[in-house]
Amino acid sequence: MKETTAREDLLRGIWRENPVLVQMLGLCPTLAVTNSVANSLAMGIATAFVLLGSSVLVASVKRLVPGEVRISAYVLIIATFVTVADMALEALAPGIHKALGAFIALIVVNCIILGRQEAFASKRPVGRAALDALGTGAGFVIALVLMGSVREVLGSGSFLGHPLFGAHYEPWVVMILPPGGFLTLGSILIALSWLRRRRAAAAGEARS
Amino acid sequence: MTAHASPIGPGPTGPGPTAPPPAPPAVSPLRLVATLGISGALAGLLLVSVHRVTEPVIAAHKQRVLEDAVLEVLAGPTSYRTLYLVDGAFTPDLPAGADPRTLDTVYAGLGDDGARLDGFAIPASKPGFQDKVSLLFGWEPKDGTVRAIRVLESRETPGLGDRIEKDPAFAAGFVGRTTPLVGVKAGRGTGAPSEVDMITGATISSRTVIDAIDTTLARLRPALDAYAAEAAR
Amino acid sequence: MSDLLWILLSAMVVNNFTLSLFLGLCPFLGVSGRVETALRMGLANIFVLVLTSLCAWALNTFVLVYAPFLRVISFIVVIASLVQIVEMAVKKFSPTLFRQLGIYLPLITTNCAILGLAIFQTNRGYGLFQGLAFAVGAGLGLTLALVLMASIRETTELSDVPDVTRGAGLVLIVAGTLSLAFMGFAGLLSGA
Repeated sequence: MKETTAREDLLRGIWRENPVLVQMLGLCPTLAVTNSVANSLAMGIATAFVLLGSSVLVASVKRLVPGEVRISAYVLIIATFVTVADMALEALAPGIHKALGAFIALIVVNCIILGRQEAFASKRPVGRAALDALGTGAGFVIALVLMGSVREVLGSGSFLGHPLFGAHYEPWVVMILPPGGFLTLGSILIALSWLRRRRAAAAGEARS
Repeated sequence: MTAHASPIGPGPTGPGPTAPPPAPPAVSPLRLVATLGISGALAGLLLVSVHRVTEPVIAAHKQRVLEDAVLEVLAGPTSYRTLYLVDGAFTPDLPAGADPRTLDTVYAGLGDDGARLDGFAIPASKPGFQDKVSLLFGWEPKDGTVRAIRVLESRETPGLGDRIEKDPAFAAGFVGRTTPLVGVKAGRGTGAPSEVDMITGATISSRTVIDAIDTTLARLRPALDAYAAEAAR
Repeated sequence: MSDLLWILLSAMVVNNFTLSLFLGLCPFLGVSGRVETALRMGLANIFVLVLTSLCAWALNTFVLVYAPFLRVISFIVVIASLVQIVEMAVKKFSPTLFRQLGIYLPLITTNCAILGLAIFQTNRGYGLFQGLAFAVGAGLGLTLALVLMASIRETTELSDVPDVTRGAGLVLIVAGTLSLAFMGFAGLLSGA
């Protein structure tokens, strides 16, 4: 693995290697809970919290954990943070806890978190692991809020619960139903790939 | 690499390099077990302490939500008493050693400063379209009518099924209806006192609420009537 | 009996794990390129789902009544060990089967369908047989979604779609359409 600067560790996950939009990881929550902006934000923050906590802990104890049992130890650490997040959310924001339901517990199997431990936190110093977790977490929040905004605006005609279009707007209900999740993410990915192509084409022209 | 080669390798499922680290010198199995055992114990300890801190807050919130809902569906009384179904009869006293969560529980409204029985608030639940639907309904033992209902928990389809929880008109349709209830398509009713209008496009969710009330009452009614008769004397 | 059938059909088509609850998307997008691979992955999933359902029931009944807040952590530990044991057992007793299923088994650990099944089963208060029906239904539903998706992908590979949509974008749009189609099953069980 080649050496990276601290700045790169932080920024990489936000856009260039965005966990959802580029690496296509952690799709279950991305599709399941993004039917409103508030839910997306809560899920994103809860996941980022778990990611940050686990990365810091994994990076701190990496010398103590023998390689053979490292995955089990990571999973144990992640599950502990998830349970803490679950209980904290239920105590502090019961409404959102109710809306997210079983998907909070499913943060445990979010491949982004285990992926970052295995690929980064288990090999790097604590500070770098924290930066990487912050960047990746922010990237996840951005992707979720993007999905949530598109789906809530189209599907309920509101943003964060505030109506946008007045009483005559007939909401596009399918966008907040399961198919809307697939369709929204598919469209976003196609738009991104179109943008990338345009940029690559423009760069090619500039060079010739 | 062609697509045909993919069944051989695990494929690009993990991010970044997932090759195992260079094999370290063999670690004794004892150390492996000890590592996991100690991490497990620490994790358990942490969770128990967080649970200690958050549990009272969560319990207090649940209690407040329940209290609000009970008084709302009783529609009148300002206090209530919790009753448990023990050996086929309702009693306010929890038998020693019994777990209240395993007993059927209803809430009896108290009118005139606690002197008079004023309706029951009864919890009911049933699997709906997506997940379990839990609700509370107020019931008048004198004529068997519903006083009010409130859906406590549902994960029905947003925009359609969740109207059982979010649309006040649906809940209002239950007020004063005679049990057992009969669900009818909106506007197709004959005007009978037991008919409740279902939500167009959310028949399953609407029927879940109606069925939950009917089956719960069918099961508890003898004990409820006996308690009401006792209280009236 | 009709209760069990209802649970099975509900998990299989009406509330299909992949297409309406978004569980198990990693294999859905990862290994749904070919019908045969998809079928094997589906079968491996059914097997692990059934075992998980049994374990979750046992944990819920005998252990977690005392400490429900340890649910997530004990489920995930049990699932991870279970998959490991199954892998070792299959390797020892049926090397042929291991060659066919082997690489999919570790992937199943981080498949959210498995943990999802255990948690949904607990939240709904299913008993032993209800849990088993739920697991079989969920597994069949996953397999159905995987195989449907794989056959569509085998076709789209050869068809003339706009270049920019190739890859994940197209797969997700197809999944969205499948999910819309599965919403048609919603009325199926309303009479039950």
